Amino acid sequence: MMMEPALAINSLSLSIRGKPILRGVSANVGAGEVWSIIGPNGAGKSTLLKCLMRIHGGWTGKVLLRGRDLAVFSQRELARQVAYVPQAGGNQAFPFTVREYVRLGRYAWSGFFGSPHPEDATRVENAIERTDIGGLAQRTLDTLSGGERQKVFLAAALAQGSGLLLLDEPAAFLDYRHQAEVAALIRRLNQDCGVTIVSVTHDVNAALQAGGQVLALRDGEAVWNGRADDLADANVLQSIFETDFRFLEDPSTGLRLVVPQGERISA
Amino acid sequence: MIGGQAVPLTAIFQPSNHDPAAMIFWKIRLPRVLLAWLAGAGLAAAGMAFQALFRNPLATPFTLGVSSGASLGAALAVRLGWSASGLGVSGTSLGAMGGAFLAIAIVYGLARLKHDCTAGSMLLAGVAVNFFFSSLILLLQYTADFYDTFRILRWLMGGLQMVGFDAPLRVLPWVALGCVLLASLAGELNLLSVSEDLAASRGVAVNRAKTLVFLAVSCMVGVIVAICGPIGFVGLMCPHICRLLLGPDHRYLLPATLLFGGAFLVICDTAARTVFAPTELPVGIFTSFLGGPFFLWLLLKPGKLGEASA
Repeated sequence: MMMEPALAINSLSLSIRGKPILRGVSANVGAGEVWSIIGPNGAGKSTLLKCLMRIHGGWTGKVLLRGRDLAVFSQRELARQVAYVPQAGGNQAFPFTVREYVRLGRYAWSGFFGSPHPEDATRVENAIERTDIGGLAQRTLDTLSGGERQKVFLAAALAQGSGLLLLDEPAAFLDYRHQAEVAALIRRLNQDCGVTIVSVTHDVNAALQAGGQVLALRDGEAVWNGRADDLADANVLQSIFETDFRFLEDPSTGLRLVVPQGERISA
Repeated sequence: MIGGQAVPLTAIFQPSNHDPAAMIFWKIRLPRVLLAWLAGAGLAAAGMAFQALFRNPLATPFTLGVSSGASLGAALAVRLGWSASGLGVSGTSLGAMGGAFLAIAIVYGLARLKHDCTAGSMLLAGVAVNFFFSSLILLLQYTADFYDTFRILRWLMGGLQMVGFDAPLRVLPWVALGCVLLASLAGELNLLSVSEDLAASRGVAVNRAKTLVFLAVSCMVGVIVAICGPIGFVGLMCPHICRLLLGPDHRYLLPATLLFGGAFLVICDTAARTVFAPTELPVGIFTSFLGGPFFLWLLLKPGKLGEASA
């Protein structure tokens, strides 16, 4: 028997003020899979996530979430199934503490007049523990570093208790240590908790290291879809990014990583 | 008891109701304190809601022109002599509420038009809206007769000089309605105060929540301004101080703001009618006197206010 895909996207298109942003994007994301969406700047990667979370409306096409049409979900029902971590950055007007912020992730489960759900406290503590931010719980968000903040954002999405996680550039602007920590955290969420991951990145190496499936967008169109292992191919990458790449092999894992072909390297 | 006319405590609870001191307490001062409390609570809660919605501590109905919109509606009602009342709501109140709705629609439209609206452009838009409505009010006054002009002018100063329980009872249901609505939206306000995208991703039906907040604020501000005049800066100061003390969680912030705002306006009004006793100052002058410097302090305070954007 075929497993129902966690997310089936069927020719999703979006135009903003007559300008096409997404053109007939289709993909089938299986439950428990890891997907990376790559592509050059302005390809529509972040917009695609926002359409799936219904932050952007007005798109056409059909999206099935575990077999059910996305259009019939209420926003609250949707948030119980899908969590979204926006691109980091942006100042907070009013500084919540880390614990308060993680607790905001429980909104979709709150009842009449915002009454709390019985599992709220355990879910929040669990998310804080899993993301290893217990030491920050009483700090306010504006006092954290970018890497710490990204972990808090992940914790809040985790507290939401959804089986599908949409991540927008989870490692952008982070230093190497925090990049590695966040990547490891995402891997654990996938492997230990069975969370399906759809992650937008502009970094081909991040997609290669994440493994799983890759969807490449260019000018709003899905130009390539396949396994991450098959992405390390000069012609494929050239067709996505319109620039040349060289490959290096990581001696410890045998994983092929890419270096964009700049003038200095080719000299 | 404090006031232009000394009222001994013992006189208040004497069985003889014909004592003028008791009359002053029961018929003038008690309703006035109640009205001040309701108006202060309502304005503070409305300010809190706008600050959350626009993610900006300087955004309040007063600074964004909603009070001047309500003023215009009320002045129009005075000028055109709408005395007809329906459902216990006077023509002036209806005019003020209409004006508040109009101003809110303008503010909302501006906020939608420029999605990445910064604190600065938001406030400038508020200034523009204020100027526009003020010029229309001036036009109304210019064409009005002496009696109407004086009524409009006196009303614009903001005051709580009411006699009897009529005024507080008229304000009460609207403020209560607005507060219940805001209380039911505390979770939504928390998320909207972080970001609209994030609120949507956590399950908030953003447009519906925003419309309800605008509705609650219009109800409260419209009727309060209609009866008490545009009392400024209560909605700016009270939520901000409560947030400093309690943090930004609206589930606790709303009740605290209601209590603090109510108490604040009662104290301001008490001061306004005793500082130059027996002359009573309109309370609007008093709150603006405190609020102006507070506004400047918020604006100049080192921090990220200028960059805090939508």
